[in-house]
Amino acid sequence: MTNTTSPERTPSRSRPNAVKETLRADSASEYTNQGTKQGTKQVPKQTTKQATNHAAKQAADEAPTETRKQAPNETRKQASGGAGAATAVDSDVLARAQAGDHQAFALVYALHKRRIYSLCLRMVGNVAEAEDLTQEAFLQLHRKIATFRGDSAFSTWLHRLAINVVLMQLRKKGLSLISLDEAMEPTPDEGPSRSFGAPDLTLTGAIDRLALERAVADLPTGYRLIFILHDVEGFEHNEIAAMLDCSIGNSKSQLHKARLKLRDALRTQKSPEEQP
Amino acid sequence: MTADPGNMSCEEFQAQMSELIGSGQDASAHPHLQSCERCRALLADLQTIADAARELFPSVEPPDEVWANIESALKRDDEVEK
Repeated sequence: MTNTTSPERTPSRSRPNAVKETLRADSASEYTNQGTKQGTKQVPKQTTKQATNHAAKQAADEAPTETRKQAPNETRKQASGGAGAATAVDSDVLARAQAGDHQAFALVYALHKRRIYSLCLRMVGNVAEAEDLTQEAFLQLHRKIATFRGDSAFSTWLHRLAINVVLMQLRKKGLSLISLDEAMEPTPDEGPSRSFGAPDLTLTGAIDRLALERAVADLPTGYRLIFILHDVEGFEHNEIAAMLDCSIGNSKSQLHKARLKLRDALRTQKSPEEQP
Repeated sequence: MTADPGNMSCEEFQAQMSELIGSGQDASAHPHLQSCERCRALLADLQTIADAARELFPSVEPPDEVWANIESALKRDDEVEK
């Protein structure tokens, strides 16, 4: 029953009404024989904060350590089984969470909190706001989790939900962004320059984190989203396309434009000091 | 229709660049790059940016308060339902 390969790319994903997420590992399965069955809303015996915190902490401890630093993209994906693999949810845990089991929901939170919080943080660039958005995303998840039918990977579905929460927040803040569609279609002014760069303007040396953070923060929302999902979070284009309801080609094209725009920005930041 | 790698225009090559970066393939061996310094420089830059993104933006753990707040909100919801 254990599958440590890439659940995100399992062909069985297409099965309708399947709430089964391929197992990440047996780490979560100790919670699966505690009684809650799908379809029967049962209040677990242990619903105290301590019990739930224990489940969350234990799940966090058991979740695979992310080893993305220093690993090249391909190595990372092979090692971790893809972006979603590290946070795949045991099907029984998911079913129990869908049936209202708080402990199972705590486990779902523990497995996905880092990725959702990191996504929020990179999108809004503000810790307090990212915390609020993470909270809102998981509260919405709790309200909607019973509607998850397994048509896509759970992590894809959850990310889509979180992305919508983030976009809603950006809209509240008065940015021109209104919908995901609009986020995916920056105006021509927001796109990268057409000059693909002469060799003498090539980036040299290491990129400074603050400079990159600034450049990412200045990207149009759609570009920022794709760049974060692909280059930071490690999702693949087919996963991003499912999250954002766009074509794989669109995801690739937007990513390329995002990187070009970052290159423009980083060169501009470097130029006053480094270029004669 | 796939363009012949050896006779690709810069535009055609750059349309593939998004996939080449991070694919694990040795993109520098691509035939187009043998004769195009501009695309070679562009590929190096974009590769640097993609690598930097992974290295400089590790995933971050939310503080425990986030879960505490979620739990409180869920308890409130449960009480209202009762």
